Amino acid sequence: MDAPTDVSVTEVAVSEGIPQPRAWVSALNKRRWQTFKANRRGYWSLWIFLFLFIISLFAEFIANDKPILIEYEGRYYWPIFQAYPETDFGGIFETEADYRDPVVQDLITEKGGWMIWPPIRFSYNTQNKNPPMAFPVKPTWLLTDKDCALAVEKGFHPCNADLEWNWLGTDDQGRDVVARIIYGFRISVLFGLVLTIFSSVIGVAAGAVQGYFGGWTDLLFQRFIEIWTSVPQLYLLIIVAAVIEPNFWILLGILLAFSWVALVGVVRAEFLRARNFEYVTAARALGLPSLKIIFRHLLPNAMVATLTFMPFILNGSITTLTSLDFLGFGLPPGSPSLGELLAQGKDNLQAPWLGLTAFFVIAIMLSLLIFVGEAVRDALDPRKTLN
Amino acid sequence: MSDTKTLLSVEDLCVDFRAGEKVTHAVENVSFEIERGETLALVGESGSGKTVSALSILQLLPYPAASHPSGAIYFKGENLLALPPDGLRHVRGNQISMIFQEPMTSLNPLHTIERQIAEVLRIHMGMSGQAARGRVLDLLTKVGIQDPEQRLGSYPHQLSGGQRQRVMIAMALANEPDLLIADEPTTALDVTIQAQILELLLQLKAEFNMAMLLITHDLGIVRKMADRVCVMHHGHIVERGKTKDIFEHPKDAYTQHLIASEPKGSPPPVDPQAKTILKTDDLRVWFPIKRGFLRKTVGHIKAVDGIDVDVKEGQTLGVVGESGSGKTTLGQAILRLISSEGPIVYLGQRIDGFDSRQMRPLRKELQIVFQDPYGSLSPRMSIGQIIEEGLLIQNPGISREDRAARVARALKEVGLDANVRDRYPHEFSGGQRQRIAIARALVLEPKFLILDEPTSALDVSVQAQIVDLLRDLQKRHKLAYLFISHDLKVVRALANSILVLRHGKVVEQGPSQEVFANPKTDYTKALLAAAFELETTPADAVAT
Repeated sequence: MDAPTDVSVTEVAVSEGIPQPRAWVSALNKRRWQTFKANRRGYWSLWIFLFLFIISLFAEFIANDKPILIEYEGRYYWPIFQAYPETDFGGIFETEADYRDPVVQDLITEKGGWMIWPPIRFSYNTQNKNPPMAFPVKPTWLLTDKDCALAVEKGFHPCNADLEWNWLGTDDQGRDVVARIIYGFRISVLFGLVLTIFSSVIGVAAGAVQGYFGGWTDLLFQRFIEIWTSVPQLYLLIIVAAVIEPNFWILLGILLAFSWVALVGVVRAEFLRARNFEYVTAARALGLPSLKIIFRHLLPNAMVATLTFMPFILNGSITTLTSLDFLGFGLPPGSPSLGELLAQGKDNLQAPWLGLTAFFVIAIMLSLLIFVGEAVRDALDPRKTLN
Repeated sequence: MSDTKTLLSVEDLCVDFRAGEKVTHAVENVSFEIERGETLALVGESGSGKTVSALSILQLLPYPAASHPSGAIYFKGENLLALPPDGLRHVRGNQISMIFQEPMTSLNPLHTIERQIAEVLRIHMGMSGQAARGRVLDLLTKVGIQDPEQRLGSYPHQLSGGQRQRVMIAMALANEPDLLIADEPTTALDVTIQAQILELLLQLKAEFNMAMLLITHDLGIVRKMADRVCVMHHGHIVERGKTKDIFEHPKDAYTQHLIASEPKGSPPPVDPQAKTILKTDDLRVWFPIKRGFLRKTVGHIKAVDGIDVDVKEGQTLGVVGESGSGKTTLGQAILRLISSEGPIVYLGQRIDGFDSRQMRPLRKELQIVFQDPYGSLSPRMSIGQIIEEGLLIQNPGISREDRAARVARALKEVGLDANVRDRYPHEFSGGQRQRIAIARALVLEPKFLILDEPTSALDVSVQAQIVDLLRDLQKRHKLAYLFISHDLKVVRALANSILVLRHGKVVEQGPSQEVFANPKTDYTKALLAAAFELETTPADAVAT
């Protein structure tokens, strides 16, 4: 699998005598990392993607309708981590304080307290309480007097700071689009990652068993997979969605039931090839049980193929979730989701910021992952020479 | 210039390979000439740059990873290195052609024999249809393919190794080239076939008055075939001269070493009192041939068909045979790695009915070393992990320190430094890897060791060292060996009794001195003649 580029080169390179001391990262992996870095587009895509993903992991601190920190009467409050009733701040209601309510804000500031707000004061489900126009609201910086006759009537001016600021406008339920794409990006990538990891684990295990044991096991399993993959996934999802309301885990389970087959073929082929290698026969002659042989001798070979496929499977998983959301069979209503935003864009052609935003976010995210995938494929390709 | 005697002259050739930042000088300042009608042999061990030099002539190296910092290759006065691709295509396969080592992979598996040969004719001579077919038949007859008309529609997989190599030669000769480059043309073939192919090459060379550049590591072939020899070592030509002079008066130290390094020494004397370690009686491995919808068994491939083996303590039984004779199957059946019929008795205990759990404690006493030192070590485990793996299963009770000590001891016994244990297999040469594979078997302190062609993939000088090591270990630990090989020179140096196999059956059996001195069957005689004299025998003894 990872034999160097040319046989005659290896023969020359394997010199006689005592080899060089070994570095912490094996030479092979170092060369792979070099090849990965040599693909500039993939390398930068990885960093940009990681930056966006890590930022989105802290979505609560970037877009939220609660302050990060409140100082009130000498005590500190962390509303993001803990729910405080309004009565804590001298209010009337025993429900959780609504920090966007000017009344609550006044209660805190009157006593000399202060609040640190996230840069965007909307969570994914926060409504704009003072819309200057009918939903969906334009991006605030695009508003004209004509757009917000309603607001002007109330005494606001479009560019007045008192207006709630929506950088990319709101959707048709008055929720901030920026907040929704931050949360939506996070849930898409997390869903994709979890689905990819689970389906890889199951797929590798199934492929390993088939490839290692071969014969009847292989034959029956292959036929089962053929039947299984011909079950129409979408109809099944629609039926399930009609009976129970799908949430993150149910959706994951249903998609997992079909997506694990993606890797079976490659891993099986890799095992079928490697199980006749002499070092595997040698391991059997040493009396190693099958499980040990699979894990120690065969699996490392199959990992290269698996890793090469991984970014593309991740992309596929994200696309599946997005398309299900677009069709309305995805995550429960109200969840931040890129597919749902796309559907809103389709329904509200008079509000192009919805469709455009969703399109660009999805396109950029998938492109970044494809570029990373290409670089990974290059890095693991034994025939690729550096120049 | 074409009227001069020199056909090809390579001057000051250098070849570099670049992988990332690392530049490897594969060939440095190599010069040689070939005259018309002459055979020049490039001899050297693997990695000496002989194949790379030959591939440079037709520029078949993986450019741009490979490059020629200096040098010129004049063929009929024209510098091939400066030729544009079009000009080169005119030379390739037309005036210079090549035959390769591996006849299975050098023929396209999806094309018939006729199509492959006719393609060469079509490209270089514009022949097609009946004319091409006639020429193909003519060529196939010349290279000694029987019933050439029936063979026209065959695919490579329907031919034997020897026949495939004959087809390769027919392709190479199609345009009556001036120079034939033969890169290890017989290495992948059995000895009897090897002798036939060499005979054929000699005969065709005379017929077409071709020059031949022969690349090989086998000194026996050089002695038989070449007019002049260039000995290569680490990318340099260390010695050149007439074949006879080189063999009789080698001047360079490396050449002397090479010539002296054929396996020598004699096996331990036969000891009839020695305890029998392992015995089989009428051992059979039959693979069923299943046909039809109901998978009915219509016959059997008898890979091993009724073989009696008797291996004694401290003694070596050599199992000799050509490829497909069932010798590897026999070894694996004895170790119960594949199922077989007939009793296998190890130290008085019948083990042929044991399942894998019952076999496990016995595994440490019955060990195996394989042919390919590159394939038999897991590339992703360190040497220490590879060697201690058996200990972890077989002696789970012992402490970590004890285990490390045993690994170190095993490494020392095979002549390696104990602190190599953190390295990975790819950092070692073939001979060192084979030592590691032997250490892996030794660490379990076996009583019986199957050596399945342990020297076939190694260079001659390394072969001799491994043979010495094996003989030394046998004496020290009273090991019983079952030595499987097609290389009769190695077998003669190690085995004190011999089993000659053919098509899964025993052809001849007995003490090795007797078998080597007075072979009784025709097949054994043919085998010995082919192996030691590179002589062919009438075809009925050794059908291809």
